[in-house]
Amino acid sequence: MKYIGLLIVAVCGGILLSATSDFPDWGYSQSPASTYLSNHYIEKSIEETGVPNLVTSVLADYRSFDTMFETAVIFCAGLVCFLLLRNYNRQKKFFYRHISTGVVLCFKDNCKNLPASKKFEQMDADWIPHDLIIMTVCRILIPFIQIYALYVVAHGDFSPGGGFQGGVIFGSSFILLAISYNLQTAMKKIKEKILGLLSALGVLIYVGIGIICMFLGGNFLDYSQLAKILPVDPIHVRALGMLGVEIGVGIAVMAVMVVIYVNIASEGRHDEGL
Amino acid sequence: MIKTFYPALLVIAPLLAALLCSGFSWIQKKFCYPIVLVGLAISLFSAFKLLMIVLTSGTIQYRMAGWAPPFGIEYRIDLLNAVVLLIVSAIALINLVASHKSVLQDMKEKLGAFYSVYVLFVTGLLGVVATGDLFNLYVLLEITSLTSYALIAMGDPDRSPIASLNYLFIGVIGASFYLLGVGYLYIMTGSLNMINVADILQNLHGSSAVLIGFIFCMLGLWIKMALFPLHIWLPNAYSYTSISVGRLIAPLMTKIMVYVMIRLMLNVFGFNYIFETLELSKVVVWIASIAIIAGGVMALAQKNVKKIFAYIIVSEIGYMVGGAWLGNQTGMTGSILHIINDAVMTFALFLVVGNITFCLKNAHLNNFKGLFSKMPWTMAGLVLAGFSIIGVPPTCGFFSKWYLILGGIEAGAYHFVGALIISSLICAILFFKIFEISFFESSIQNKQQNEHKNHDKIAGITEAPVSMLISLGLTSATLIILGVYSDSIVKNIITPFLTQYKMVI
Amino acid sequence: MTDFFIGIMTKYNYWLYIILMMIGLYAMIVKNNLIKKIVGMNIFQTAIILFYISIGYKTNATIPIIKNAHGDHGTGAHKLIIHAADYINPLPHVLMLTAIVVSVATFGVALALSVKIYQRYQTLEEDEIRMRLREK
Repeated sequence: MKYIGLLIVAVCGGILLSATSDFPDWGYSQSPASTYLSNHYIEKSIEETGVPNLVTSVLADYRSFDTMFETAVIFCAGLVCFLLLRNYNRQKKFFYRHISTGVVLCFKDNCKNLPASKKFEQMDADWIPHDLIIMTVCRILIPFIQIYALYVVAHGDFSPGGGFQGGVIFGSSFILLAISYNLQTAMKKIKEKILGLLSALGVLIYVGIGIICMFLGGNFLDYSQLAKILPVDPIHVRALGMLGVEIGVGIAVMAVMVVIYVNIASEGRHDEGL
Repeated sequence: MIKTFYPALLVIAPLLAALLCSGFSWIQKKFCYPIVLVGLAISLFSAFKLLMIVLTSGTIQYRMAGWAPPFGIEYRIDLLNAVVLLIVSAIALINLVASHKSVLQDMKEKLGAFYSVYVLFVTGLLGVVATGDLFNLYVLLEITSLTSYALIAMGDPDRSPIASLNYLFIGVIGASFYLLGVGYLYIMTGSLNMINVADILQNLHGSSAVLIGFIFCMLGLWIKMALFPLHIWLPNAYSYTSISVGRLIAPLMTKIMVYVMIRLMLNVFGFNYIFETLELSKVVVWIASIAIIAGGVMALAQKNVKKIFAYIIVSEIGYMVGGAWLGNQTGMTGSILHIINDAVMTFALFLVVGNITFCLKNAHLNNFKGLFSKMPWTMAGLVLAGFSIIGVPPTCGFFSKWYLILGGIEAGAYHFVGALIISSLICAILFFKIFEISFFESSIQNKQQNEHKNHDKIAGITEAPVSMLISLGLTSATLIILGVYSDSIVKNIITPFLTQYKMVI
Repeated sequence: MTDFFIGIMTKYNYWLYIILMMIGLYAMIVKNNLIKKIVGMNIFQTAIILFYISIGYKTNATIPIIKNAHGDHGTGAHKLIIHAADYINPLPHVLMLTAIVVSVATFGVALALSVKIYQRYQTLEEDEIRMRLREK
């Protein structure tokens, strides 16, 4: 197997390398790729869309249809993780720890799930004591991470950023919560149902903006049509359309990141893990 | 240019249905199935409308986001797309209706998520067919792949996750090779729109980068469509899934990849480049001939009906690839006709398997004994589909095979013609073996059953539910209708399409 | 011979991405552990992303965000004179944003599948799984 693998790799690499002599040099500014479409995007984007961040304007306007499906891919990944892993069979044992004494109680399946009170906390099967420093630092950091995520989403038109990046940062704040405390604490802050609804809602916002444009008489996702219902001129309404779309992307990505993490970390049982 | 919103509606309706279905699965589960049904019905309706518009007034171009083609993404519907779109959406809708009962059995809590993934898969396929942009095609291809990995892994709990993970690894290699090929084209042309790339490529025929880009696009698609030496993922993936999924993926996935290959060959690289500048066509026809024979021989060795049919798919891929690479109009006509026919034929076959597994719980050949008397309608469907695969005249399989053989003779590729005829014989042997077991061995089986007092087990088998039978009946009728009207399909759709892209020598 | 080395020096980005990509491909074909295969898959996809990004690079150009366009949308923005040579090509970045998302999604699905396999067989070594399958 090793030699077959090496052979395949060598042949593929050889074929790929044989074409490099035909390529333009690295950084050559007159290559077809850097002149044909890109010059139009660079020179006309401000005029046509009013957005200085060219990556955003190409991503969310010129090729917005691609980006819609990209969001659908993310949505689909979350859905697939849920479909494959989610396991509704409840765990057999529940552990409760008396906080002041450290005595652990184990409840079998037939016993009703006791709600954690102030004296008792529910804990994982392999319990690691909470580290005060980590918990405190994360508790302070999480709000700032979330605010920064909102900034990245909102400022995507003018500086590097956008829905995907912001969504990932926002999602990671919940993952940080799950890691530093435990999974149950994180799942209490944001319920599974909410996550499922949010991931669909995010893509729905994107598709919805496209459909509104269609109803207003333009093509699908043609933001300039939004000027008929918003008090802005047809060029700058495109920036607003892009912002709306980016918010949708951000919501979907945030929800899906958490869904993927929770399902993989707890093997679909959503009770404990990592 | 014709003003119409159907190209967008075609893709948006199922996508919206997927989102709403996923949302409603958390709120009110009983809405999921109707939403999905309506979504697919809308896309079937728009596919039908598109075909009508294209037939009367020519190619439709739809600018997504309102930007002109090389800058924005364009949907381009011509005669070939329109037909394939109609087939895809029809099969998806019929299968949804036919498999509703078995899905209700298999997925309890996850019904909404399952239907949502199902529609996303169809969305991806429709998009792949309709798009006119090389990169958009990649994104949609990945949606189809991701959903198909998930759908395949929902089957047999022992084997399907492994089959699916292997499919994922190979699928990723295939899709990445395609992406790499597109990258090579992009670096040389600077564009991503198919028509625009084709224009620029006219002056770049000698370039080695374009050649490598072409080879990697084709390699990626061949991996995805399971052409013979690259087919290893297919039989396991298709035979270990649950049948309601298998009969959606098996007829559509590979055929759509063949469609994409033909689209790239005709629209992007151009006929002259492939058959006059490059000398690859003979090699590919040889590979295709080997694929046809190898698929047939491997099918003979199998005992599970699902696996037999999976290997028949491998063999059929050889037909279509070979026909497309023969380099003449007759071969290409046969190939395109076979995409349409084979999708319907395979769907009919898997519908039969679905009916049988719904009643028998597995598809091993030994359990087929006496099925003709127990499930007459289902087996009638099997006979019809089998005749079509073998290529018996009134059914559609005969006509596409006829064009392929004519094309082979025209090109002087007698090995390809020989492979086609041998594979027909192999299919005949296979199907008559199945017929024999399920028809003639019934009496012996019954005696044994009486002796062992296992009578209630076989008496319990009755005909499948009506919804499944109606869908099978519809599909089988389509087999004959396509056969009878195949002449007018060729005259009105395929020949004008080929002349439009100067595929006439 | 010197031509050959000059060729490599001016086009070393392509050489690097091909080597990286082949490392990933080799891991996907040869490795026995499913997680190692998944890591190989990720390297493989990352190499393609690097390839695209390197297409977009131009010497002496900066990131594709138009300078001095902040704040004055509308009237002021049209007076800006923009030289295409000053900014790198935005299109490959956009395409690769999509490809990154796709690869993350594939990665998630692959991990989910391997968790499912692990639940069933308690191992991620491919030969052991194959042995268990044969025993059945």
